[in-house]
Amino acid sequence: MGALAHEAHGHHGAHDHHEHHEEGFVSKYIFSMDHKMIGKQYLLTAVFMGVVAMLLSILFRIQLAWPGESSDFLSMFLGETWAPGGVLKENMYLGLVTIHGTIMVFFLLTGGLSGTFSNILIPLQIGARDMASGFLNMLSYWMFFLSSMIMLCSLFIETGPAMAGWTIYPPLSALPQAIEGSGLGMTMWLVSMAIFIASSLLGSLNYIVTILNLRTAGMKMTRLPLTVWAFFVTAVLGVLSFPVLLSAALLLLMDRSAGTSFYLSDIIVGGEMLDNHGGSPLLYQHLFWFLGHPEVYIVLLPALGLSSEIIATNSRKPIFGYRAMIGSILAIGFLSFIVWGHHMFITGMNPFLGSVFVFTTLLIAIPSAVKVFNYLTTLWRGSLVLTPAMLFAIGLVSTFITGGVTGIILADSALDIAIHDTYFVVAHFHIVMGMSAVFGMFAGVYHWFPKMYGRMLNTRLGYAHFWITIVGAYGVFFPMHFVGLAGAPRRYYDYSVYGEFDTNSYEMIMDLNVIVTVFAIIAAIGQGFFLFNFFYSIFRGPKAVQNPWKSNTLEWTTPVEHMHGNWPGAIPEVHRWPYDYSKPGYEEDFVPQDVPLKEGEEEETH
Amino acid sequence: MSFKLITLIVIVLGVVALAQLIRVYELSSKLRNRREEDITNRDNRLNANLLMGFTFFFYIGFIWLMLKYGWTGRGDAASVGGEETDWLLNLNFVIIIIVFFITNTLLFYFGYKYIRKPGVKAYYYPHNNKLELLWTVVPAVVLAVIIILGLKVWNSATSDASKEAIRVELFSKQFDWTARYAGEDNILGHFDYKLTTQENELALMTTESLDSAIRQMEFGKADGTVMGIQLLEEKLNNPKNIFIPEDLEKMENDLDRKTRLLRLLVQMRARHNKKWDAEAYDDIIQKDTLHLCVNKEYEMTFRAKDVIHSAYFPHFRAQMNTVPGLTTRLKMTPKYTTKQMRGKMKNPKFNYVLMCNKICGSAHYKMKMIVVVDSPSEYKAWLKSKQTFKDVFLAKPVEAAAATPLEGTVTPADTAKIIK
Repeated sequence: MGALAHEAHGHHGAHDHHEHHEEGFVSKYIFSMDHKMIGKQYLLTAVFMGVVAMLLSILFRIQLAWPGESSDFLSMFLGETWAPGGVLKENMYLGLVTIHGTIMVFFLLTGGLSGTFSNILIPLQIGARDMASGFLNMLSYWMFFLSSMIMLCSLFIETGPAMAGWTIYPPLSALPQAIEGSGLGMTMWLVSMAIFIASSLLGSLNYIVTILNLRTAGMKMTRLPLTVWAFFVTAVLGVLSFPVLLSAALLLLMDRSAGTSFYLSDIIVGGEMLDNHGGSPLLYQHLFWFLGHPEVYIVLLPALGLSSEIIATNSRKPIFGYRAMIGSILAIGFLSFIVWGHHMFITGMNPFLGSVFVFTTLLIAIPSAVKVFNYLTTLWRGSLVLTPAMLFAIGLVSTFITGGVTGIILADSALDIAIHDTYFVVAHFHIVMGMSAVFGMFAGVYHWFPKMYGRMLNTRLGYAHFWITIVGAYGVFFPMHFVGLAGAPRRYYDYSVYGEFDTNSYEMIMDLNVIVTVFAIIAAIGQGFFLFNFFYSIFRGPKAVQNPWKSNTLEWTTPVEHMHGNWPGAIPEVHRWPYDYSKPGYEEDFVPQDVPLKEGEEEETH
Repeated sequence: MSFKLITLIVIVLGVVALAQLIRVYELSSKLRNRREEDITNRDNRLNANLLMGFTFFFYIGFIWLMLKYGWTGRGDAASVGGEETDWLLNLNFVIIIIVFFITNTLLFYFGYKYIRKPGVKAYYYPHNNKLELLWTVVPAVVLAVIIILGLKVWNSATSDASKEAIRVELFSKQFDWTARYAGEDNILGHFDYKLTTQENELALMTTESLDSAIRQMEFGKADGTVMGIQLLEEKLNNPKNIFIPEDLEKMENDLDRKTRLLRLLVQMRARHNKKWDAEAYDDIIQKDTLHLCVNKEYEMTFRAKDVIHSAYFPHFRAQMNTVPGLTTRLKMTPKYTTKQMRGKMKNPKFNYVLMCNKICGSAHYKMKMIVVVDSPSEYKAWLKSKQTFKDVFLAKPVEAAAATPLEGTVTPADTAKIIK
């Protein structure tokens, strides 16, 4: 709505804009249809959810490091119901693990990362006044908010939150007799996710339409910044895969409440013989992972897009192999749809099918390797400015490598037999998906904070935050590989059981668990620097200039003060690709996209 | 309480102190006319050095972990297939550790080496097709090797077990394991979950177990632990009984369900072939420990009673989910007896174990079974000491209940009390 209005008004001159600025508090800050405000709403919600999920992880890490010992910290947050005497209850341990995973994957890394940065950057970087539909965009955010609240509320009900792991495999998630959390807690989980999926679809469709239709004059697809390419492919993945999760959730709801047998067969639980017959739990797993694997890339691609932009800007060099980067984003996106079976090698799925998935999964390593080497070459002979954003982007490349290579082991079904569902897996996906995506998100926040709030974040606090985070996070997840190689299954409440059959492994696992928890606490405290910096700088940070990082993309041609329609005058026209850094023939080491080619200058055809 | 108070005070003071520090920092920036987005050469250099320092400690940490805990966290593989897995795993580890070191080193070194220097402009280098081709093709070739070797091992691990392989079934439920050996004929008897009774927990299918299950479904058990259809009907039809709506609904649902199950049981009984009885009757059911014979091939099949579990033998490098309504299988050949392995692990208390490795409920972490690998003579002796299913099941017939009110059920008197 806003976009169209402004397009129309644009011709009448500047005075017209004043009437649009007089907005009430509600339409400006709450039910806003402006993409920048919606992006910030996503960010704040996601930061809040992220803090909650991090806190949950600290709670269960305390139990893992010092099993059975009373903790004031636990009793403070969980009270007598869930931590009698300061010792975590078995059920609640699983509840914490489940909600930690759900919030992190969906609410922080999907909603927070893609939601925030797609909203803020797509219109600004492609040169559009706003999203294609401001109203759908607003709806998307408020559904995200609603689903977040439902998920949070499920932590506070009497029977506890969902406890079947974030993958909620039935029958465990379908039968309240099997575990308390599969009662109301699971119903709330499913309702929350259904709303979340609707929100994600509205958002994604909007992103796709905006990118395809609202690019400014001269902004060819091959002149788009890599961020926009990443958001585009992410949105396509979301549109194609989230509905499948919705169907999985609906079938599960029906099994739970309507007496159907999609996932249930031949079950006796709690002394009760059920007459469900013919369903298959494997069906659920296929449906779940058909979303679940693309989801990994829904989380990862925006982070890679953000870091491409940040690394190029702060290396003062064009991103190396722009077309290859686009190609690898597309290849990763495509392949992500035909690899879901690698989560199911040992579920009873036909082994031949397993071998097909081995093949397709390992193929993903090729575009991933291309991306990594292109990043490395971009850094090579650059003129690096190590801003906090740049450090986080470098950190991302490191975690993408470190977590990526262990994926080669897990994708190999013959090896997966030995380490499936152990801490090796936990280490792998936390590094490659968790750390990489979170680093990408931090990099994005540090880099685009001036655009979002018109003020600067404190650099020194940013450095402190980065160094504590990378040391803390690697300290948490690196030793986990070794716990996994010792054979420790994930989602165990207490590894003291090892004492009964292998005292050597027991000592090793307990030692490493303490190390991991200590690093986790350090990393969590380190996030305090970020939170403080973030909220302090929103209100009191030094005022930003228009283009603080001397960047080429269009968002830095907009005024610092936010306004509807983004540009006060006409939308700038684009004449070149976004990576003309240190181009020979120019005095400055950057040439923004809206600068026309000089006479005789050739455009980079990459 | 004091803990919470102190924590709160520390947090508040910390935030205030940080805010003051930032004020000072900002004032000094202002005095020196330094803007936040200008990264000074000093800061740049400091972070570059920190990158190198981090890399150094990162590698030291990794090497320390490898030396201290290494790949021996659970000892060498103790099965024939597991040795192949370990060989491939080690090969893969060598490859990925090399890649890990090379790429991380390049990354952090470039981050250190190429920081901004006065007067040096970055090198404009947008692409190079030859280089890009190189790092597409090299990973592709390495991956081809990994895929081919992987699939070779995978195929041999998942191919059918030989005819002579000993058949063992592992039955999983919240939160324990039960093993069933195929007995002399090396054929596991038929089963159907509807035959589950207290006397026949694994729901084996024989003429007698079918009859017994049908009887219990219809008439319940004399000791009152099972309520039969007859009693349910009688209660529901008795006009003197008044029930709370929830109870009534539950009883009606129960009755419906049991009637349907009974119909299926009767059909099953009609189709039953008496020849199958012998296959089930010679089976041996074993709780608490799983005994295996060294150097014998086993074909294990898996069942789950309630939810998905996963049979995980960390030392044999074998794992398979157990799924309600689906029979899964794997094969393996233990290579060392428990005694030999204790020597290899230098731990006299070591035992093999079967763990549950799929989240299955609150006591998931306790769901395990000790595995003992015997020498052939020990195994034979142990097997001899076991009773077959026939001995156990036919030992005492189950009494059906007469239609009398059972303990714990709602009588009219109770309901009257509730209404009052």
